[in-house]
Amino acid sequence: MSLSTHNLSVGYHDKAIVKQVDLTIPEGRIIALLGPNGCGKSTLLKAMARILSPMEGQVHWQGKNLHSIASKKLAQQLALLPQTQPIPEGIKVKDLVAYGRSPYTGFWGRINKDDQVIIDKMMEETGITELADQLVSELSGGQRQRVWLAMTLAQDTPYLLLDEPTTYMDLSHQVELMHLLRKLNLQGKTIITVLHDINQAARYCDHLIVMKEGEIITQGSPESVLTQTMLKNVFSLDAQIHQDPIAKTPMCVVE
Amino acid sequence: MATRSLPILLLALLGLLVANLMFGAVSIPFKSIFEGFQVGNANYFTVHEYRFPRAILAMLVGAMMALAGALVQGVIRNPLASPDVLGVSHGAGLAAVFYMTFFPDADIRWLPAVALIGSLIAALTLWWLCGSHSSTIKLAITGVALAALYASCIDFLMLVKPLEINNALLWLTGSLWGRGWNQLSMLLPWLLLIPFALWLAKPLNLIHLGDDSAISLGIKANKLRLASLAIAVGLTASCVAICGPIGFLGLVAPHLTRKLVGGRHQILLPSTMLVGAILLLLADLVARTIDPPIELPAGIMTAIIGAPYFLWLLLRTK
Repeated sequence: MSLSTHNLSVGYHDKAIVKQVDLTIPEGRIIALLGPNGCGKSTLLKAMARILSPMEGQVHWQGKNLHSIASKKLAQQLALLPQTQPIPEGIKVKDLVAYGRSPYTGFWGRINKDDQVIIDKMMEETGITELADQLVSELSGGQRQRVWLAMTLAQDTPYLLLDEPTTYMDLSHQVELMHLLRKLNLQGKTIITVLHDINQAARYCDHLIVMKEGEIITQGSPESVLTQTMLKNVFSLDAQIHQDPIAKTPMCVVE
Repeated sequence: MATRSLPILLLALLGLLVANLMFGAVSIPFKSIFEGFQVGNANYFTVHEYRFPRAILAMLVGAMMALAGALVQGVIRNPLASPDVLGVSHGAGLAAVFYMTFFPDADIRWLPAVALIGSLIAALTLWWLCGSHSSTIKLAITGVALAALYASCIDFLMLVKPLEINNALLWLTGSLWGRGWNQLSMLLPWLLLIPFALWLAKPLNLIHLGDDSAISLGIKANKLRLASLAIAVGLTASCVAICGPIGFLGLVAPHLTRKLVGGRHQILLPSTMLVGAILLLLADLVARTIDPPIELPAGIMTAIIGAPYFLWLLLRTK
């Protein structure tokens, strides 16, 4: 398998947030990382995106230690959409999306025809084509999130790591995003996303990984993971599991 | 935006260069300037030996200081950051004044190296006080406080060693007075830093997106930060060694340029050098012609514009 962690501990300031996690990401799926706040799901994602260095253990990409792979080469394999992004001054939307091509361009960052085709395509997929000439600093939170998503997609990697991508988006754009992720998945991409909406994860993802206090509690298909006991144990939530009348996937209703 | 600004900036630079050659204690008509480059001409000394090298020096120093400011603002992601605001310029100045006061007979050619040591110590002191992840305001206030401290140390040195005061005084506010071909040749090797700075344009764009995105796009964030700051310190030190700390140029020039051409560093870095050159040429022209033959230091002119600009930025930062 391509992406896996081995006895991985990672955290901040000598304090482990993720504790000795062994995980193999199933390839070709949409995977959701779930858990209460502070459970370490974002930290685990960042470790898999080599933003954070392990305190113990390793992350492997195609059997090799992630941190031993040339960073430009790895940037052609794994892309990360962080949870929060600074607002760059004086940068147009089309320039920001073009930055996603950086792992492929030369030292001056010149964009060629093939790059431009991908940039245009991703701007269209995320519905931001008409924003192309606007400054990123002038956009709303939801628009900016889509611009950032387009930039991450322009990186054109087989693996996509997203940290709460639906934050700041209104409901219709959230749904569009989940559909877009499925479309990308059908093109062969593996997508790992941190989500806080359990029902959204159950409906749109193939494989759920549930974390609590830095450890993986359970993982598997939405049907096998989403149980009353799990919700009680992990989220301290009294809830019932029902079938979504439209998607036929499980969903939880809080009592 | 960028394509329109560039020719205008170049034109302004050329115009100011000619104006700097024409005006001063004595005015030289436009058509006599070119004759001034010929040995034996009546204006040879004024044009070739005095005004021309000084104008070139103003352009280079302005460009290098602006570039240093853009590099620092680029990696610290902080609109208030620049070598002068962070105390790096005054640290270099203090080291240089110290050197000139206590070793009055020493070779002046060592000055850039001495200034470099001073600015490195100033940069490390700031780093040590603030850490690598401190807030915009904390960094700016600490830097300004340190700059004031270095400035008062310079004052102290001059009180203790009044004999050397003339030499040091020229330095304090940053001046191009009496600078010529010698100083220009001292600065030349440091121009090598410029291509290295331009080489960083692409990663600087990406670090603007935050460390997480930058790393994900294949940038080594910490290495880039170190390289940029090292180049900025080198540029600053070499300029300060020759003209003294010329305040606020490194802060104002990149800002104005970002408003003009946007934030892509492939355009921003070359443009900010043009803007820095224009600003210092203008400051020196005004300083020389406001009440001839008395000269004001160019550093005072940049401070008159720069200080309010800094305050405005400070008030705007939340």
